[in-house]
Amino acid sequence: MTKFRENNHLVGYLFTAPFIIGFLIFTMFPMLASLYYSFTDYNLFEAPNWVGFDNYKTMFSGDDQYWKSVRVTFTYVLASVPLRLAFALAVAMLLNKAIGGIGLYRSAYYLPSLIGGSVAVSIMWTQVFGDKGLLNSFLGLLGIHTTTSWIGSPGTAIWTLIALSVWQFGSSMLIFLAGLKSIPASLHEAANVDGAGAGRRFFKITLPMLSPIILFNLIMQTISAFMTFTPAYVISRGEGGPLDSTLLYSLYLYKRAFQFTQMGYASAMAWVMLLTVGVIALILFQTSKYWVHYESKGES
Amino acid sequence: MAVPAKALLASGPASTKRTASSAKKWKPYAFHLVIGLLALVMIYPILWMISSSLKPNGEIFSQAYNLIPSRLAWENYRSGWAGFAGNTFTTFFKNSLIIVVISTIGAVASSAVVAYGFARIPFAGKGFWFGCMMMTMMLPHDVTMIPQYVMFSKIGWLSSFKPIIVPQFFAIPFFVFLIMQFIRTIPHDLDEAAKMDGCSKYGIFFRIVLPLIVPSLVTAAIFSFYWRWDDFINPLLYLNNPKLYPVSLALKLFLDGDSINNWGGMFAMATLSLVPIFAIFFIFQRYIVEGISTSGLK
Repeated sequence: MTKFRENNHLVGYLFTAPFIIGFLIFTMFPMLASLYYSFTDYNLFEAPNWVGFDNYKTMFSGDDQYWKSVRVTFTYVLASVPLRLAFALAVAMLLNKAIGGIGLYRSAYYLPSLIGGSVAVSIMWTQVFGDKGLLNSFLGLLGIHTTTSWIGSPGTAIWTLIALSVWQFGSSMLIFLAGLKSIPASLHEAANVDGAGAGRRFFKITLPMLSPIILFNLIMQTISAFMTFTPAYVISRGEGGPLDSTLLYSLYLYKRAFQFTQMGYASAMAWVMLLTVGVIALILFQTSKYWVHYESKGES
Repeated sequence: MAVPAKALLASGPASTKRTASSAKKWKPYAFHLVIGLLALVMIYPILWMISSSLKPNGEIFSQAYNLIPSRLAWENYRSGWAGFAGNTFTTFFKNSLIIVVISTIGAVASSAVVAYGFARIPFAGKGFWFGCMMMTMMLPHDVTMIPQYVMFSKIGWLSSFKPIIVPQFFAIPFFVFLIMQFIRTIPHDLDEAAKMDGCSKYGIFFRIVLPLIVPSLVTAAIFSFYWRWDDFINPLLYLNNPKLYPVSLALKLFLDGDSINNWGGMFAMATLSLVPIFAIFFIFQRYIVEGISTSGLK
C-alpha cells in the first residue's frame, strides 16, 4: 500500500532540500567559481582573463609577503593548538575531582571561550598588551618597568594572538571533562589495585580512552586556527603589522581580495589553503590509527 | 545534582582527624589555591575591561592593574553610546538584533527539518548528501568567500543584511549534526506507533519528533545567537554604511582614526556588547555545557 506521501525518496529530498539547495548555491558553485578565478586575473570590475598558473607561480616564487604570511600562520597554528589542548586537558583533569565549587571554576574557565571570538575581547586584548596596558602595569608592580607595546613589537605581536587563542581553552576543557567522566571508575580502581602509579594510569588509561576526543579536537581546532581572522584584523587594525608579524593567512587573503581587488590571486591563495588544510587533516586521520584507541562497541 | 553529598565529600578529609595525615588535610586547600588562582588569571582581563569602563578616562592606564575605580564614571557609557557621526549604539544594537534573531530562526528551523530527513528517512543518495554536509563543516570559509561576494554584488545585495541572513535559512551543518544526534535517541517505536495511527512522515516530524527535540533546538539557537552576534567578517565584507553596522563592526570604529581618545567609551561599549552573551550563558548554562560536551560545538 504505497501511497504518494509514503514515497520515502521524495519525502527525504523534501526534508533535506534546504541543505541540498544551500549546498549547491553557497558551497558547490562558489567552490568551482573560486577554482576558475584562481586561474584568472579577475579584479571584480573587468571580465576575468585566463592566466594559467601565473597566480600560483607568483605566490610560490614572487611574493615575499606571502611566505611571511605562511610562516606567521604556521607559528600561530603550531603554537596555539597544542598549547590550548594541553591546557584544556590539564585543567579538565584537575576539575574532574569530587571537590566543592567545581561548577564555579568550570564557568570561570569557560567564560573566555564564550566571549573570545568577539570584537570586544580583541579590543580589550590590544589594551592588555599595549604599552601602558594591563600586563606592563603588573610587570611594573614586580619592579620591571617597561613601556614596550607587546602588540606593537614585531617579535611579540603574534604571541599576543597565540595567548588570546590559548586563553580560550575552556570549550575543549568541557569536552575533555565529559570524556573523563565517561571513563569507568573501575578501570582506574583495577589499575590502582595492580599498583599502577598516577603517571602510568594517565598514559595507559586516561590518554587512550580520551584519544578519539583528542583527535576530533585536534582536527577541528587546527582547521579553525588556520582560518583565524578577526583578532588579527582588529589587533593590527586590518594591516597585519607591525612588519607583517600578525599577517595571518586569512588576513593576507582578505587584503589581496578586498583592498587590492585581486580576486584571482586571492582565490588561488584560498585553494592552496584548502589543499594544505585537507592534507593536514588527512595526515592526522591516517596517523590516528597508531594512537587513537576505539572501544569495540557491540550493538547498543 | 547532589550538592550536599558533594560538599560532604569535599569536607570529609579535613574533618576526620583520625586517619588524615596533614598532607591529606591540606590537599583540598592547595587544590583550591592553584585552581582558584588560575581562574583569577583567566577572568582578570574581563574584570579589568568592566572596571576600565567605569574609570574616569585619565585613570584607566595610570594604574592599570587596579580594579577599583576612584569613582564610578558612568559618563563613559553615555559618551560611548553616542557612537560615531550621528549613528548611536541604539542603531548598532538594533542592527545586531535584527540580524541575529532572523538568522537564528532560519538556521534552527531549517536545520531541524534537514536533521529529521537525514536521521529518519531512507532515501536514495542520502549517504552522498550527508557526506557533502560533513565536508562542508570542515571547509575553510575563505574558499567560498570571494565567489559569494561576487554573487551577492551581482544581484545587488551589497550594503544590506541579505547576504548575512539568507544563507542561514539553508541549514547549518553543525546544527543538523547536533539535532540528528538528539533524534537518534528517540525510540523508533514511537514513529512506528504514529505510522500505525495513520500519521505521515510530516505528521511524525511535527507531532512526535519536534516536541521531543526542543532541548537540542535550544542549544542550536544559543550557539547560532553567539556566532551571529560575534560575526565580524560578514558585516565587514557586506556592510559599508555605518547606519547598517552591527555592534561587532561598530566597536572597530573606536580603533579607527589616528589616536583614540575615548578609552572609557570604548571599554563601556565593549562591555555592553558582551552583556547579551553573558545573560544567555547564565540563563541557559545547562544547555550550553551539554551542547559542547555531546557534539564538540565551540
